[in-house]
Amino acid sequence: MLEALEGSQAIARAVALCRPDVVAAYPITPQTHIVENLSRLVAEGDMHTEFVSVESEFSAASVVLGAAAAGVRAYTATASQGVLLMAEVLFNIAGMRIPLVMTVANRAVSAPLSIWNDHSDSMAVRDSGWIQLHCADNQEAVDTTIQAFRIAQETELPVMVCMDGFVLTHTMEPIALPEQKEVDNWLPPFEFSRRLDPDDPKSLGTLVAPDFFAEVRHSHHGAMLKALDVIAAVDRDWEGLTGRACGGLLEVSGPAEAKIGILAMGSTLGTIAMGMEHRGPDVASARLIKLRAFRPFPAEALRAACDGLDHLIVIDRAISPGLGGVVGTEVAAVLADVPGAPRIHNHAMGLGGRDIPETVYTDLVAAIADPDAPAFSIFDADLQKLAPEDR
Amino acid sequence: MSVANERGERLSELRQKYGREPLPPRAEGTADTPREAQPKFRGLDSGHRACQGCGEALAARLVMESAGPDVMIANATGCLEVFTTPWPQSAWRVPWVHSLFENAAAVASGMEAAMKAKGRNTKVLAFGGDGGTYDIGFQALSGMLERYHNILYVCYDNEAYMNTGIQRSSSTPHSATTTTSPAGKERMGKRHLKKDLLSIIAAHHIPYSASASVAFPADLQRKVRYAMGIDGPTFLVVHSPCPLGWRHASALTIEVARRAVECGLFPLVEVERGAVTNVMPIRNVRPVTDYLELQGRFAHLMKGGDARAEEERAHLQALADYNIGVFGLKGEGEDPVDTGGIAAVGRSGRPAGRV
Repeated sequence: MLEALEGSQAIARAVALCRPDVVAAYPITPQTHIVENLSRLVAEGDMHTEFVSVESEFSAASVVLGAAAAGVRAYTATASQGVLLMAEVLFNIAGMRIPLVMTVANRAVSAPLSIWNDHSDSMAVRDSGWIQLHCADNQEAVDTTIQAFRIAQETELPVMVCMDGFVLTHTMEPIALPEQKEVDNWLPPFEFSRRLDPDDPKSLGTLVAPDFFAEVRHSHHGAMLKALDVIAAVDRDWEGLTGRACGGLLEVSGPAEAKIGILAMGSTLGTIAMGMEHRGPDVASARLIKLRAFRPFPAEALRAACDGLDHLIVIDRAISPGLGGVVGTEVAAVLADVPGAPRIHNHAMGLGGRDIPETVYTDLVAAIADPDAPAFSIFDADLQKLAPEDR
Repeated sequence: MSVANERGERLSELRQKYGREPLPPRAEGTADTPREAQPKFRGLDSGHRACQGCGEALAARLVMESAGPDVMIANATGCLEVFTTPWPQSAWRVPWVHSLFENAAAVASGMEAAMKAKGRNTKVLAFGGDGGTYDIGFQALSGMLERYHNILYVCYDNEAYMNTGIQRSSSTPHSATTTTSPAGKERMGKRHLKKDLLSIIAAHHIPYSASASVAFPADLQRKVRYAMGIDGPTFLVVHSPCPLGWRHASALTIEVARRAVECGLFPLVEVERGAVTNVMPIRNVRPVTDYLELQGRFAHLMKGGDARAEEERAHLQALADYNIGVFGLKGEGEDPVDTGGIAAVGRSGRPAGRV
């Protein structure tokens, strides 16, 4: 049955269906509605969890770390500055390989202060060792949240579910929520093999000298690569249960014969698809690649998805100043040794919540024809607003 | 094979393994030696890598003996974490987790929430040094106390960042030298006061907070046992000399810690719901110089003919006198040197403040 739900409310309901034992969170726009809805579910007795209302995101991440280490299912959510304040703990959680789920309501990072959407926050912790999954719409966000609990458990890795702040978190959509019984049957009880247990005491988070450190990293990297199969398999399994899939690692749509590809993460792809549908008669169609798993990075799947393309437009919602687009750079690296790989056109757009209109599709396709176009640009920057020397 | 031969082989095997003769089996009917009569549970085992005379190692062992086996620990980054768990070894016989420097209280909060969710009574302890407690972990600690988690937080206070090589913390006493508060032509060591953490903790109106010292182990263990029995947040700060950082002989750890209490600079007090309910009285108050003279970190204060040194000594004496006055330390009661008497009080398990 479909219900009209705000994105944040839907996420809170999805989290409740997974019966986390401990939830810790600190409010931050645009994640606030998620914690508010969770608090309400707890207050009304619709959700039985230890809700720890912490004094900072740093403690939110630390509390769920401690809870999962002690052997229970735990959840947190944050955004933007919260992700950065958590950063030290996020690396620690991943390094200790603690299974957790966190929603990131993607938002720009200050300065300048912006409460609006882009991907700077989750990009800033790209190398923390968390699995990062991006959601294209609220149904995907709901389904991915539930899947994330199973992925975390099966891989013993933390999973970050990234959803665009405001664009998804504050948008009402018809959402299908599974029944409690369905989730109970689908999601096994929480297990953590190295949990703190007085009957079998272990020491977690010990000091590791140089003689073991490289091996720890090797093992973590290997676990992330193995997680690729788990992410794809869990999505297939979810499709078996609900009839809905989220695209596994990445999803390809659009005409197979297209010579132009457009790759994006998150809600941007919906805008692009709409733009393609409404394009003028002279504008070429494109193959759309929705990158769902950003970490681990699905190199194999991406190479296959780009087969036969002449051009690949990669849309970034964050930039690495002094380099360019992060996703664009990584895609270029993955395709570097592929014979006949498409030419990559990397653009950042929608930074700090700048609206991305449907017409961007036509503009992006048109920009391909420009032989002098730079390898990277902030596509929607209005240079007239800048002093001449900054243009 | 005869039983005697079997035993002989076992002995030589043990000799090879440990390089020494194992103790002979005790004859029936003989009493325990005092060492054997010590509490049997050792949550923190021997063989770790602490320095000789480490006050923190001693304090942690005493705390663990009294805390009992059904506990789990969140440990802040610091000496205690480093010297007990060099991978793949660990000196802990209880579930133990180290996450970061500044989040022991928050990690412990999560562990406690997990125990609540599971319906288990396993008590959660959080350990930190003064750096992880007074300074960088202070916010997480305040949050933990305010949220009323059922956790005993123990701060092993050695009055500087010892793990990074003796830098000043907000717990470093006034005029002590550290590598970031050295004494020189323009400075007489640390220019600021030791933070009155216990008062700040007490202002959270938690059920119980106390100070203790490794020089008074029975008193320390009594306080741990009392705190363990409380369903709520409790806090213990344990004065733990660091021979390396305080620059005293490693054999003098207990003596230095004792003099800190006897001069009034480190008062041993118990606070319940914001009110002082018990103090350890000092019958024979010593001058602070008795405490300062044993430690290299105060050597610049002990130079004769230096007016600045004289002024700082007077300053420290005034701080000690203030403590003695405000907590009413001087007076009748047991002499803090008399650990035997205090031990007798503690062993009976009588609660603090009702001796």
